[in-house]
Parts: sequence; C-alpha cells; structure tokens
Amino acid sequence: MQISITINGETVTRDVEPRRLLVHFIREDAGLRGTHWGCDTSNCGACTVWLDGKPVKSCTVLAAQADGHEVKTVEGLETADGLDPIQQGFIECHGLQCGFCTPGMMMTGRALIDENPNPSDQEIREAISGQICRCTGYNNIVKAIRWAAEAEASSEVNA
Amino acid sequence: MQTPAPTDYVRATSVANAIALLEEHGEEARLLAGGHSLLPMMKLRVARPEMLIDINDLDELRGIKVEGDELVIGAMVTHNEVLESPVLAEHYAIFREAEKVIADPLVRNRGTVGGSMCQADPSEDLSAVGSALKASVVIQGSSGSRTVPLREFHDGPYTTVVEPNEILTQVRVPIRPGAGSAYEKVERRVGDWAVCAAGSFVVVSGGVVTDCGIGLTAVSAEHFCAPEAEAFLIGKAPTDENLREAANLAAAATDPSSDQRGPADYKRHLAGELTFRALKRSAAASQGA
Amino acid sequence: MTATNEVPVSAAGNPIGFGSMKRVEDQRFVRGQGNYVDDVNLPGMLHSAILRSPFAHARINAIDTSAAEALPGVVAVITGKTLEGIPRPSLLGDNFAWMPTLSYDTQAVLATDKVRFQGQEVAYVIATDRYIAKDALELIDVDYEPLEPVMDAKRAMDPDAPVIRDDKGQTDNSITDVHGHKTWEAGNAIGTSEAIEKARQDPDCVVVTQEIMYPRVHPSPMETCGSVAYMDKVTGQLTLYTTSQAPHAHRTVYAMVAGLPEHKIRVISPDIGGGFGNKVGVYPGYVLSIIGSIVTGKPVKWMEDRNENLVSTSFARDYHMTGTVAATKDGRILAVDVDVLADHGAFNGVAQPTNYPAGFFHIFTGSYDYPNAHCKVTPVYTNKAPGGVAYACSFRITEAVYLIERLVDCLAQELEMDPAELRLKNLIKPDQFPYTTPTGWVYDSGQYEKTMRVALDMVGYDDLRREQAEKRAKGEYMGIGISFFTEGVGAGPRKDMDILGLGMADGIELRVHPTGKGVLRLSVQSQGQGHETTYAQIVAHELGIPPEDIEVVHGDTDQTPFGLGTYGSRSTPVSGAAAAVVSRKVKEKARIIAATALECSPDDLEWELGRWHVKGDPERGKTIQEIALLAHGSLELPEGVEGHLEAMTVYNPPNLTYPYGCYICVVDVDPGTGQVKIRDFVAVDDCGTRINPMIVEGQVHGGLADGVGMALMELIAFDEDGNCLGGSFMDYLLPTAMECPEFRTGETVTPSPHHPIGAKGVGESATVGSPAAVVNAVVDAISPFGVRHADMPLTPANVWRAIQGRPVRVDMAVE
Repeated sequence: MQISITINGETVTRDVEPRRLLVHFIREDAGLRGTHWGCDTSNCGACTVWLDGKPVKSCTVLAAQADGHEVKTVEGLETADGLDPIQQGFIECHGLQCGFCTPGMMMTGRALIDENPNPSDQEIREAISGQICRCTGYNNIVKAIRWAAEAEASSEVNA
Repeated sequence: MQTPAPTDYVRATSVANAIALLEEHGEEARLLAGGHSLLPMMKLRVARPEMLIDINDLDELRGIKVEGDELVIGAMVTHNEVLESPVLAEHYAIFREAEKVIADPLVRNRGTVGGSMCQADPSEDLSAVGSALKASVVIQGSSGSRTVPLREFHDGPYTTVVEPNEILTQVRVPIRPGAGSAYEKVERRVGDWAVCAAGSFVVVSGGVVTDCGIGLTAVSAEHFCAPEAEAFLIGKAPTDENLREAANLAAAATDPSSDQRGPADYKRHLAGELTFRALKRSAAASQGA
Repeated sequence: MTATNEVPVSAAGNPIGFGSMKRVEDQRFVRGQGNYVDDVNLPGMLHSAILRSPFAHARINAIDTSAAEALPGVVAVITGKTLEGIPRPSLLGDNFAWMPTLSYDTQAVLATDKVRFQGQEVAYVIATDRYIAKDALELIDVDYEPLEPVMDAKRAMDPDAPVIRDDKGQTDNSITDVHGHKTWEAGNAIGTSEAIEKARQDPDCVVVTQEIMYPRVHPSPMETCGSVAYMDKVTGQLTLYTTSQAPHAHRTVYAMVAGLPEHKIRVISPDIGGGFGNKVGVYPGYVLSIIGSIVTGKPVKWMEDRNENLVSTSFARDYHMTGTVAATKDGRILAVDVDVLADHGAFNGVAQPTNYPAGFFHIFTGSYDYPNAHCKVTPVYTNKAPGGVAYACSFRITEAVYLIERLVDCLAQELEMDPAELRLKNLIKPDQFPYTTPTGWVYDSGQYEKTMRVALDMVGYDDLRREQAEKRAKGEYMGIGISFFTEGVGAGPRKDMDILGLGMADGIELRVHPTGKGVLRLSVQSQGQGHETTYAQIVAHELGIPPEDIEVVHGDTDQTPFGLGTYGSRSTPVSGAAAAVVSRKVKEKARIIAATALECSPDDLEWELGRWHVKGDPERGKTIQEIALLAHGSLELPEGVEGHLEAMTVYNPPNLTYPYGCYICVVDVDPGTGQVKIRDFVAVDDCGTRINPMIVEGQVHGGLADGVGMALMELIAFDEDGNCLGGSFMDYLLPTAMECPEFRTGETVTPSPHHPIGAKGVGESATVGSPAAVVNAVVDAISPFGVRHADMPLTPANVWRAIQGRPVRVDMAVE
C-alpha cells in the first residue's frame, strides 16, 4: 500500500507492506537512522519518536497507522539556530555514553519540557521510565533534561 | 528485529463501518486500537490476523464525560487521558492511581481503555479497577448495542463476551457521592505487569460502610472481584480489624498460580495485604481523611 | 585527582590534559548521526535470519528447507549439513559446522547432530528483505527428537546425567581446560583447611559457612549483536562490520575459523551500542554472515532480535558458591575457603585469559589481610547458552567480590558486630602495599581505610544506624549495606595472559602532522567509554597538544595497530598506558629535533607542557607545533634521526592495576509486600588518576544501575524442560530511572605506581562492587526476621519468602 508520512516536516511517500513497522519506515524507507530499536516488546524505548506531537514507541506502531500523520525524530531537533537545548543538555551533562538510547531519551525529554517547562527530578524519572539506558544509570540523563528545561526558562526570561 | 507476518490493513471510517468490516472479514480480522498488546503478539507471530481494522480515526469512541449519574469513558480513550482526566480524578482517585502504574508513559500515549479491556489479560489493571467500581461496558454489533456489567464481561483469561463482529464502545461507571477509592499494586519493576494488585472503593456513612467494591488482578479472582469480602463489609465500621477480615476473604477468593513474578502463596498473601491497604485508604478518603 | 584548575585550557575551551572535558563523540550522537552496525547498508545487501532450537536438548533427525527455499525473496538456506560440506583449509577442524571458542572448546555454528540449548543456531536464511527472512524461518521443518535436558549444574554432575558433549566423545559433563584440568584451584588448600579446623575447635573463634548463588544474568547492551559481511570475490577481501569489542582479536579468529588469509580480512567496529562483555565472543551469527556473503557473493546483514540476544549470546555468572570463613570472636578473619560449581552452558565459550579458566575469581580474598585462602572451581556443561565471562565482570571478579562481601556480612551477623567495624578491622593497611594476597595477586596501591571513611561520612553511617534502631522499634525495616571491593584489571602481562595464544598487549600509533595536529590510532574499542575524548586528553597531558587537535581512530583493523580490545576494564590500564608511552616517545624525538634547531644538546632542554626550552633560558624554546613542522621540514637532523614526528609502541603491562572502592546502599523494605526501595547509594571509588572525572563518574553511575538490576530484578532462569524464562525485556527486567536512586559519588586518589599516568581503570568497578551493597542492605533490613542470606534477585516475592523463612531457589522456575 502507498503511504505518506510527514517526517520532520518533509513528506515521505513509499509503497510498503501493511505489516511494516514505523521504525523500519523511518530507518530504512526514509533513511533516518538516528531512531534505533532495542527490544521488540515495547519495553526499551530506543525507538521513541513523536507521532502527532506525542512520544511513542515506533516499533509498536505500523507505518500504515502513521499514514497522513506527522512524525518527528531526533534528526528534527536541530534547527537553523543550532542544537535544541535538549541536545545541548545531553552534551553538557554527559547524559549519554554509547548513544544508542539517546535519541529516544531526547525525544521524551523534549516532549516533557514542552508540557511541563519546570519538571522535578521525579517527574523526569517518571517520564523516561519506559526507556532503558544501560550506560548512565540515569543520573546524568535526569540532569540533562533538567539542564535543558532550565536553559530554556532562562533564555525566555532574557528574551 | 522481530516482524509481523503478512497482513492487510484498513481504516474504519465509523463504528458502523468497523462492524461491517468485521462482518465482512470474519474471524481472521482484528480491530487495531492502540496496538500495544496486538502488535507485540504479531511480532512474536503468536497472533496472525489477516486483516487489521484500524479504529484510531473513530472520534465517536473518544472522550470522557458525565452522563446523568455515570462517568462514560470512550473505548479509544488512551491510558494517559484517563490518568490526566480531572473528571475521573474528581470522582475516583483509583483511576489516577492505577493508570500511574500501568505500563509506562509512552505506552500510555498509545494504549487504550477498550483495547486493554478486550485484550483481557489476566494481569490487566483496568479490569480490576472496573470490577471494583462495578462498571459496565457497552458493546455494539450490527443489530445494536448491549450493556454488560464488567463482572460478567470476562469469559476467562484473554476471552470476553465481545463477539468477533462486535466492538466495545464505552465503559460506564456509576458516580457514588462520598466514595473513596484507591489502587495498590506490587510489580517487580515499574512498567511490569502486576504480581498482584487490588483496587477498591468504599462509601462510609454514619460510621459504617454502606457501599464498597473490591477488584483484584493477576491472582485469578473470578471476574477480577471479591464479592464475599464486599458483602462482609457492608454495615460494618471500617476498623482495621474489619478491613483485615474483608481482605482475608478477598485473598481466599483468589486462585493464583506460580510464575516468575512470584509463587502462589506470595500472591495470595499480597491479595490480602493489598486489599487491606486499598480498603483502608478508600475508607479514609470517604471519611474525608 | 589531578586538579583541573591547574590544567591549561585550549582555545576551544578544553583542558590540555586531564579534566572534565565534554565528549567529542556526543556531537554526532545527539544529532542521531551515530553509525551502528544496523545503520550500515551496502549496495545489493541481503538480509538474514537464524532459525533457533525450541528445545534445550534434542537430536536432529532431519531438516527440510524446501518450503523456505521456495519462498519468493529467499536467496539461500543453510544448515549444519551445508556447512559440513564446505571444506575448511584450517587447523581447527575440516569443515565449517563447528568453530573454536575462546577457551579452546568447540561450538556448533549450525547444529548438526544435536541441539544443546534452547536458542541454538539450527539453520540460516538469506533473503532480500528482513521480513522475508523471518517469514522463511517459519517454513523450515525440523524433525527433533527431544532428549532429557540438564538444566541444573548439580544434576549435570550426576553419574547418570545425560551426556551433553557426546560430540567430543565425553562420557560425563565435566569440562577440561587446555591444561587438562577438570577443577581449578588457587591458594593454600591444606593451610586453609587446617586453619578452619583449628578455629572450629577454638572457643575464641567462629566458623561461618554460607551457600551463595550468583545467578545467571545477561549484559543486554541496548544494541543487540550483528554484522554485515562482504566478501569481494575479485579481490578476495572480506570486510566485516560487526559489533565487536575486540576487532583485532576477532580478525585473527576469523582467519583461523574460515582459513582466510588474515591480511585479506578487515574488521570494522563502527559505533557500538554498549557492550559490557556481550560483544567479546565470536558468535555463530557473525560467522554465518561471512559464509552467507561467500555463498551469495553479496553483502549480507545479520542482526539479532532481542530474544536471540538474550537466549544465545554470552550470559554472565551462574556460579553456585559455598564459602566458609573462620575468624576470631573479636573479628579478625583467619581463613576463607570457597567451593564453586560453575555452570558454563553447552559449550565452554568463556572469554578470558587462557591460564585463568575461572577467570580472576581467586581474587575472592578481597580487600582484607589474612593468611589462608583457597578456592576450588568445578565447571560443568549444562543445556544452557554458552558464555559466563561477561557483563562487566572483570573476568569473574563480580562473583569473587559478591562472595567475600556477603560472607563478611554473614560473619558480622554471627559475631553481632557492626559490618563496618568488621571491615575496618581487616582491611589491608596502606603500608602493606604492594600486598601479595594468599592466592597470589600483588595489589599495587591503596588507602582502603581512608576510602571507607569517606564513604561512611558521606552516607552518614552513624546516624543511619541510629535511625535504623529507632525504626525497628516501630516495626519499620531499613537496611544499610556496605561493599568494599578490590578489582584487578588491565589484563595483562603477556607472560601470564593470552587469549587463544594472543598476548594481551596493545599497540598504539601516534602521528603528529606538520602543523602540529595529530592522529592517534588505538587497538581498543569504545562501546560508549568515550575513547575519542579521553585518549586525546592523554596525548594532551603528555605533549601539550590541545585535545581537539588529536583525532582518535579506532574500530578498524586496517587503520589501527593490533591489540586485544576493550573488556575487563583494560583500555585505560593497557592502551591508556600505551597512549602515554607513545606520547613520551614522540616527546623525546621532539626534544632531539628541538635541540637540533636550537643548536644545543638535548640534555640542555627542559620540558614545559607543549614546549621544549633551554634550561635557564625559557625564552629560547620550540613548541611542539613548531617542532612538528621542523620534523617535516628541511632541518638537517643528527645522524640516525629520521624525519617526521611519529611513534608507535606496544604496551605490555607489568602487573594488573587494582582499583577499589567502598559502596554503601540504604534501603527501606516493606515486609508486608517484600518491596525494596533504594533510598540512597553512595559510591566512593579510587581508580587512581582520573583522566576525565566526568566520564569516570558516568561509568560509575552506569555500573551502579547494573548492581541495582542484578540485586533486585535481573535473572535468566530456566524451567526443568529447558525453557529460558528470561527471553525478552518483559521477563528479563532491567532497572529504569524509577528503581535507580540519584547515585552519589565520591573519590579518593591513589595512583597506580606502575602505570605511566597512575590510572587504574574504572569501567567495571561499579558493576563489580555494587550488587553486594544492595543485597547486604536488604538482608540487613530483614535480619530481624532471622534472615542471614537471600539469593539475588531480591524481587518482592523473594524478599517476602526470605522473611517467611522459606527462600525460593532463584535459578529455576518458581514453584
């Protein structure tokens, strides 16, 4: 079947099998390999992207379900103005090591800050509780998301 | 990565259209709601429907509202919508407490109330919540709709009274002024299925329990409920002693099996312990504590 | 720690030397531009999938692949029979159906006679698409004749137990190492047993024996294992993109397995999504992708799914340990004796130095000073997946630390002595270093008591004990658990340590270009450790070249010198030392060039960071950048001095390094449900010099989460039919941000005396040290119920059953 998904503002149209998973559409059909997969059972969250503005696990959504919808991936975070604060936060706070869970973590972190500009550490931990990181023990991921929230808050004050 | 077996896909345009599609494709068709139970099973190739009928476009299945003295939750309401619903929170704390421990925030963005109910996993939380609240569900077929009490909804693990050509459209919960409610769950880790969970509502009036409901999941309680324990409490003061006795009756009504979440004796113990804790907090809430 | 405020800062804002520099790697990772194996797509590439055995032990009567072969899109289906038919010009067997393991055993690439564990490789499908490859697996019909599976190491020892390795002509399930030993011992057997017997008779002594299981767990990096193989038939060049922690060692193994000329093999490990020892072994899947490319003439990709990763690739631990400790009643440890039954699975595939078949387990004497110790380890085959040395274990030091730290707590309970006091009483003293342990290790340096006191202060130990007493009086149960560990890392001296005959030294090459920028080529392989950052910092520290001016190249055998790779926390102790040594070689050459240019003797020059100058005349000097240009220029150099500014070296460590630390965990236990809540976790590590404290701390955090996971939830158990009960992340539970507390870290710094920059390595310290802290805390919490020990994982059910006095056996299906 032919489907069109708008990914990071660009519409990608492909002929796919109905069974094709969204994560494969993103990685292989759209060629955006920053979205990873890690578990098959929707436990790890390495495949997290936004579907219509909400973070979801793209290994548990069919590409066909996203037909006509909007997807945002890690590649859509950076703008002409530079890195998104969530990306900068992960660099500043050493929020990543192997980098495999990082795109998913950043997508969730970005969504959290959009909804709750001043999240507590506990709220951050809850927000990422459907995602696994094997390297960082989460300490610095929590810090990175908080860094981004604070950076954004202070830049808005200054603006 | 695991991949589903070949299948077909169609988007339903209305509930009536979805029912027509179900009738057309027969037992090989499955409704696709949030997909967070069905797609993992398809990837494992345990489920291999030949046709997926996507009902995500059906706005008539969305929304949480009050109708008369009932709360009405659309089948396609997501777990996060339940979690964040002010109207549900106003009447029953149990919704928020249960939803906070169902899967994880990302899954809750996709997973739906109707999907969870119809999956009928014996460890599913909303079944215990609905059973505790003595909710009912509305099931629609080509010849009209019927309302089924949740305590008559399940036919056993993973099976319900919803026929292959029917759709669950709503969950309806009676509003009970003065009710307190609570949910207690033990899981091995956040996001895991319950080892055991207990939910309850209690209405205390004039110092005695005038109405209550107890729901239990993951411990093979028939219809996820404990009616003997409820009956015991009616008319009694919500003392620790009485609540503990009710909890013991609830535990006695379970028939858990051993698995990697824990041995049967532990689960039965938990059924009692968690029922007691839920009842105690429910009763306290009802009394404005 | 080297004080960061003394380190000069480069124009780009980076420390020219050690300090918490932001990572170079992050720029690509935060943009989603990492390049992992599944991101590699070559023109014409085919996909593949492996059919795995549903049985733990079964005879294969027949395999029918015809329906799979007929499926459109399927290019080839390969079975063990196919491989038996491919002659192999190699010393290691005459066909491809079997391959050598890293422990001189054999492992089936595809099963021919029998399957020996659930998940074993049975057939291999190559197709145009990964979905079709998976579809084809369902069409392969295998006629299995189920045999009794041996799922319990104790059962494996029974004389009437089914024989698993009949392919080798075995008549029992014992494992014989390359030296012909069936059991592996260390220490003084007679002295230890005499000391324990004497203590038994002595009214002023106690003897405590405890059975302690370290159950089977799995490293589970977020990226599963996989490879893309391309055999170019024209050039004969094999290029293998693979998830390997040791690309050079793998290249040599492929040369041996496939009989391919090693110079025609290029192994590339691109970005690796976590390793933790899971990506040290050579798995059948990698070999099959190579064979697939040879057969089809096209690039072939193989990527495991998560279930395959969990059920077939290298597990960790599975040690059934019995420890006996003798001590005086005032708390002096006299002797420790340990007996271990080691479950190695169906093939002895442990990845460890040849002469250490039980890894470094015999470091179990721990951080304490006592004269007598002995251990005996008996390995057996079972019908489980092969492996054993993985999951940041530092070659079984996890098991050793867990054993001694649990045993010390058991002893404390027996003596009714505070476990902190008992430890302080027995810790090795600073003036005892270098300290030779009763099992033969020579610990390099340490200030154990100081480190322990830092940890006790940070956590507020005395206050916690007071709070605990008050809570117990109210029927609330909190626990405080201490683990004091000593690791031995940086394998290792070549005279003692090799893998498959390959000495564990590491090469490195540094070239400084004419403009003073440089490239450093490493043999070790980052899986997230940040080598591109820290190795540049080592060069910066030695040469004064800003780290942003050093490109670090790794992960490509055609681009880097030989070395054994990254595992066992060996990068910093071995390759990090190599980086310092090669920099010093360059520095010495720079000195000669500078002296030539300055028309003085090299002996007249003095080094300041980044510059040689004339002693007593600091104005007269040459920066390293100026020297680089001179080295490539027309300056006439002294006789025997070649141009250019580069060097290489191979670092052969004189000894291991011995990082250590003290971890303290505080938990609350709900006795009504058995739930454990970790409320605080303090980790004080001494890993010697810290190259990048930010990265050190991050690695410690990660290891602590591992400890939380293993202590509370991670488990690969099996039912008696041989089914793996941890085959997905729904069942193999990894800790999330909700179970992990905000870890608090501290440090002391005791440099290694024999490492060029005094660094000891830290990658696995926290994974090694932390499980005991968590378990000790939980047992401490529930000790009022008469509990002295409970096996991991301490799930709510297991804690509750321990409180009831009816502990569960954790490694089998719950009954």
